[in-house]
Formats: sequence, C-alpha cells, structure tokens
Amino acid sequence: MSDMKGGQRAATIAVLVENEAGVLARVIGLFSGRGYNIDSLTVAPVDETGQISRITVVTSGTDMVIEQIKAQLDRLVPVHKVSDLSIEGPHLTRELALIKVVGRGENRMEVLRLADAFRARVVDATTESFVLEMTGNGDKIDAFVALMRPIGLAEVSRTGAVAIARGPKGIME
Amino acid sequence: MSAATQAPPSTEALTLSGAEVVLRALKDNGVEVIFGYPGGAVLPIYDSIFQQNAIRHILVRHEQAAVHAAEGYARSTGKVGVVLVTSGPGATNAVTGLVDALMDSIPVICLTGQVPTHLIGNDAFQEADTTGITRPATKHNYLVKKSEDLSRVMHEAFYVAKSGRPGPVVIDLPKDILINKAPYREATTQSHRSYRPRTEPDAKGIREAVRLLKRAHRPIVYAGGGVINAGPEASRLLREFVRMTGMPCTNTLMGLGAFPAEDPQFLGMLGMHGTYEANLAMHGCDVMFNIGARFDDRVTGRLNAFSPGSKKIHADIDPSSINKNVAVDVPIVGDARAVLAAMIEAWKADEAPQDKSAIAAWWRQIEGWRGKDCLAYRQESKIIKPQHAVKRLYEITRELGRDTFITTEVGQHQMWAAQYFGFDKPNRWMTSGGLGTMGYGLPAAMGVQIAHPDALVIDIAGEASILMNIQEMGTLAQYRLPVKVFILNNEYMGMVRQWQELLHGGRYSESYSASLPDFVKLAESFHAVGMRAEGIDDLDRVIREMIAIDKPVIADICVAKDENCFPMIPSGAAHNEMILAPGQEGGVAGVTDEGKVLV
Ligand SMILES: Cc1ncc(C[n+]2csc(CCOP(=O)(O)OP(=O)(O)O)c2C)c(N)n1
Ligand SMILES: [Mg+2]
Repeated sequence: MSDMKGGQRAATIAVLVENEAGVLARVIGLFSGRGYNIDSLTVAPVDETGQISRITVVTSGTDMVIEQIKAQLDRLVPVHKVSDLSIEGPHLTRELALIKVVGRGENRMEVLRLADAFRARVVDATTESFVLEMTGNGDKIDAFVALMRPIGLAEVSRTGAVAIARGPKGIME
Repeated sequence: MSAATQAPPSTEALTLSGAEVVLRALKDNGVEVIFGYPGGAVLPIYDSIFQQNAIRHILVRHEQAAVHAAEGYARSTGKVGVVLVTSGPGATNAVTGLVDALMDSIPVICLTGQVPTHLIGNDAFQEADTTGITRPATKHNYLVKKSEDLSRVMHEAFYVAKSGRPGPVVIDLPKDILINKAPYREATTQSHRSYRPRTEPDAKGIREAVRLLKRAHRPIVYAGGGVINAGPEASRLLREFVRMTGMPCTNTLMGLGAFPAEDPQFLGMLGMHGTYEANLAMHGCDVMFNIGARFDDRVTGRLNAFSPGSKKIHADIDPSSINKNVAVDVPIVGDARAVLAAMIEAWKADEAPQDKSAIAAWWRQIEGWRGKDCLAYRQESKIIKPQHAVKRLYEITRELGRDTFITTEVGQHQMWAAQYFGFDKPNRWMTSGGLGTMGYGLPAAMGVQIAHPDALVIDIAGEASILMNIQEMGTLAQYRLPVKVFILNNEYMGMVRQWQELLHGGRYSESYSASLPDFVKLAESFHAVGMRAEGIDDLDRVIREMIAIDKPVIADICVAKDENCFPMIPSGAAHNEMILAPGQEGGVAGVTDEGKVLV
C-alpha cells in the first residue's frame, strides 16, 4: 500500500499504546490538530492483561509529513512503539466488512454467486435480505460493495484496516 | 535521566489523605514553592497547606499569572514550576499559561481541582472537562480516578515535565480523591513504561557533523532554547565549542544568554528582528549547526529561500522537531549538553585541519555586514528613543554589577529588549517566544523574584501588555517582591501599529492605547512606587532610582510614539531581503499578498 501520488504516499502505521483513558483522543487530536489525514483507524487491546492496545492508522502525505506523523506519535507519553508497516517490509492488511443487501428473486441468486466468487459468507438471511461478512484488503471490499450497489445494497459496516508484518519478527523486537 | 525519579524504591505505603499525599509528593520531588489560587474543589489541599511548613504558597491574583509565575521560576532555576488552581474557571484561566509553557518547552506542573468522581460528566457546579481542554495544551495530562494511583501519578508528572523536551503537565484531582485516604509510595527508580526519550546522541551523526564543520568555509552555529533547557553546563560547553572552532554564533530569541552577548564571536539574535550580520551569515553559510533550536518561522523567513546553499546539521532532543520545517542533512537526537560534549570530543579526535584562511575570509565578510551597524539609532531630541531606554537600562545595571534577570511582555519593547540588553549567562532572560503572550512578563518576573530574592528583576513592558496582568501588582505588594516594571510607553500597541504602517497602508485600526491609567498613581494604589521619565533628561535618574528602591516599582518611560523596530524581515521575505532602519541602505522588500497572510 505505498502507492505514490504527486509526492504523496499512503502509510499504514501500527502504534502500541498504554491502554489508559484518553489515549485514543490524544492520537486523534494529534491528527486533527496538525491537519494530518486519517483514512482509517482501528483500535483494540492486544496483550493478555488488556494493558496495551494496538492502533492501526492508515494515513497519507508526503514522506516528510509521514515522518512527522511518526515522530509526533512517538513522543506521546503513553506510546510504546510506532511502526511504519508500509516501508518496514512486506506486511498483510485486512479489513472486515458486514454488508446488507436487500432483494428478491433472481437478484438473490446473483448476490450469492458474487459472494461466492469474493469469498464472502452469509451470516444472516431473511426472505428479502442477506448480511454478508467479508474480509480482505480495502480494494477487494470496495469492489464487492460496488457490485452490490445496483443489486440492492442497503448498508455497509467496515472496520478499517488492521495490519501486521510478515515473517517471525514481532513488533517490539 | 532514564530513571523516573531519584528516591530508592519502596513498597510500604503510608496512608494519608489524598491532599496530604499531594503535598508529600511535592516535597519529595524537591518543591519549595507553589503558585496558586483557591476554590471549592481544592479546599482539601489548602487545608493541608495550612497545616505544614515545607511548601510555601504564593497567592496570585489570576490563575494565568500563576502559570507564568511558575514558568519564570522554572526558567530562572531549571527546576519544575508548580501551580495549584481550582476546578472549572480556575483551570480554564490557566490554559493560556499552559500553552505558553508548551510552546516554549518549560517544565510546569499544574494541579487542578475537579468535581468529585461521581459527579464528573454531570455538568456539576464549576465542572469543566479539564483533561479534554488541556490535552492539546500540555505535554501530558492525568485525571486521577483512583486513590491508589495518586502518588504514582504525582511522581510520574515530575519525570514527564522535565525529561526529554520539557513541558507542562496537568494533574486533575477530583475532590473525593483529595479527601479520601490514599496510599503514599515514594518514587521508584523503575523506568517509565512507555516514555523514555533519548538523550545520548548517536556517535555516527556526531562524527558526520564534525566532518562537515571541520571542512566548512563559512560555518555558523545557531543555538536555541534547548541549550538553556539542558542546564548551565550546556551553555558552558557551547562557549567552549564555539571558541575552539572559531565559528560565528547566533542565538534565537529563546536562546539568548546561551552564548555570551559580549563575545566577539557572537552575531546577536537572528530572525525577524535579528541583526543584519546574523541573518546574512545564516543566508550565506555553507554549513549550519543548529543546536536546540527548531527552525521556527520567525527565524527562517520564507522557507524556500532559507539558507539555500548550506548543509544543515540539526541537534534536538525532540525527534519531531527535526525535518519538520526544514529538511536537514545530519539529524542528531540528543540532549544539548550531551551533544555538545560529544562534538567537542569528536572535534579533537578528527585530525583534518580547518581551512583557517577560508574562515578568516568568512569573518571579513561578516565584519562587513557588522559594519552596517544595524542597531544604530539616533537619540537626537528630548524625546526618549525606546532603544535608548533599554540600552541605558542595560548599561546602568552592568555598571552596578547587579545579577539581573529580565522578563518582557510582547511587542516592540520585547524585541528592543532582545536587541539592546546583553545576556552573558543563561537563565537570565524570560520572554514568551512561541506563543507571544501579552501579560507574561509581570507574573514571570514575580516567579523569578521568588526564586532569587536578592536579584534585580525587571519586566521590560509595553503600556498595553502590562494591563493584561496588572492585578499581580497586588501579589508583589503582599510578598514584598521588589520587581521593577519598566514600561516603554509609546501609547500604541506599537508592534500592531508597525505592521499596520508597513503592511496595511498606515490605517491604524484600534491600535492606539486610549484612556491609559496614570501608571504612577496606579503603582501607588498597589503600595508600590511610581515614577515617570518624560524626557531624555529624566531617563538615567529614573533608572537609577528605580533600581535603588527596595520595593516594587513601576517606571513609566514616555518614549517616541512612532518608532519602528528594525531590522525587520517582513513576513514572507527571505533573510537577505531585510528592511533596515530609515537612513540605512539595504534591501527593501515589498511585501507580497502571499506574505501578508502570514502572521
Ligand atoms: C494576549 C495577546 N493578545 C494580542 C496579541 C497581539 N499583539 C502582539 S504585540 C501587541 C501590542 C503590544 O503593545 P504594547 O504592550 O504597548 O507593546 P509595544 O509593541 O507598543 O512595545 C499585540 C496586541 C498578543 N501578542 N497577545
Ligand atoms: Mg506600546
């Protein structure tokens, strides 16, 4: 995900933070206060005691801006570690989406055919609707949602990206 | 400074009231004085203050002033300044001071009262979302919700405020936490879970920096407030480095005093109102060594024309300051003292000779710029020139040999103070640089005088700024603080008037100081001494009398009303496009519309 556009690049940044009150507000406030973009942001505790949360933020900017973002994040007091997955080597990005599609007759068959092709699972169904669950990178979800739109897309809920580096090395190493 | 604090680890807890825990933690962290203002939410702390003698409380007249006083205390001592205010309006009044401390990297701890935990979020009386409001106004903040966290948070706040790049920390204290019993544990030597700023520089960067500087033909050292924050030893090392290398040195507004003003290698302050020689040397250098400064827009002028031909070395304790505005060739993360010590070592170790003849040629060029005498002014009539008032103040204090601390308000007088008052030591100059807060100088002077009871402390003020925290004259009287307020009274918001003259066609919109008080009577009503210099014949006498009186004084110095502060790099212009005073030839830059949008 490091496509270059007019000197801009997208960056997927993983931030390990102390799981304390206000920490998410601090991170988001940093982005809004300094005018940085947030394309998506996810957060959840990731250690056994729930003390440490991992924030995955997808942002974009020039190299200088992205270096700034990382340095600004790193100097926040409750931040343990900042890692720019997009430049530190190969990494995986996934997003989960729940997609509600409404329709009858032939449209229902079409939904199921396309869902199968995109490896989306039916997790809820009525006689006139489906809720499909799908994981993948953002582009794949975008493509699927675009296909559902003319058929009867009713609602989409997406998590935003989570990401991890490939290989045996952990983020704190 | 990797350990949280100094005391040995201890696990046995002492049980005290929360308020007692707060005071005990302050004492154990070496606090002797706090600046505060009471109210409902902090009454338990005030009750504990009443029952002890270890910590002195200074009652200010406005919470903003409490923070500036703590800043003055911190900047003149190198210690953490401590503030205590109540919830709601007490906390919101403190916000300007907190942002001021954040912008200038001053270690301050501000204890704010809060409504009891069960009422938080209920719009209770005098409730404000203090941690929400101060999140972008502080380096870090805490809301203490559990009594068992209280002593840890108190100790941690000191570590956070003073380590790495220093800054203000807020601790929000709900009233029930102050009343309920809480365990007190001493600070541990354990390092902080997540905040461990780097202070020792990387040897490779240092070697590269020395390699560039040794081979430079036109080097310059550009030193900022980071050198002052790193302690007096850093200033000593800066002097040693600059002398051993023979390079010219310039200081930022925040760095004044880091290098002695009378040293022949000092080029004066740089930037918007910096000297001609400092700015042209920055523009024309081939290698620049920035130590503890942040390429602020007041310093760089138009970025794409900033020192175009130089290799840039930037040493800073805050990695986010590096490559923020200006792309640099050699980044060095570290404390200024550690960096300078390493640079001196590496300089000695590097065998390559310096090109002495190139350096001599560089100095000849600098002497040419110096010859312009850009700070010259003519004191020709009976009307006191503001520059002359500052110059005489400087000369007389030197002649008397008093240890002198200067604070300022914000405006032309601030720049004249920076230009005409020389500082030979660090920690003697307190001004609001980053935020530019009118009303800073008087309370800051108060904090300085508390820390240095026998020193001469002078607030160089403007007649408009001084009114923004004039209520602190009451504090001076109560604690017998002999602060001198030296007002350069031009009956204008002079800096605003100057910009209107130069950029807005001389339309002086709302910049006249109308209906001013009689400052002499005002001083008297606050139990201080008032005096006035109406013309040049009064000036020296008033300065001498002011200094001689062992009481707070307001000296109202009536100065020329239409004087402008030069040299000046207009906004959006480059260093080599500075405007000199009328009568001195030099590049006069027209200000473009693009420049006008800048402040
Ligand atoms: C709190 C605050 N409000 C407004 C300003 C904008 N401002 C900068 S200088 C100035 C005029 C200051 O006038 P005075 O104190 O008389 O100083 P002089 O420039 O005349 O020396 C103003 C209004 C500011 N810096 N701070
Ligand atoms: Mg004025």
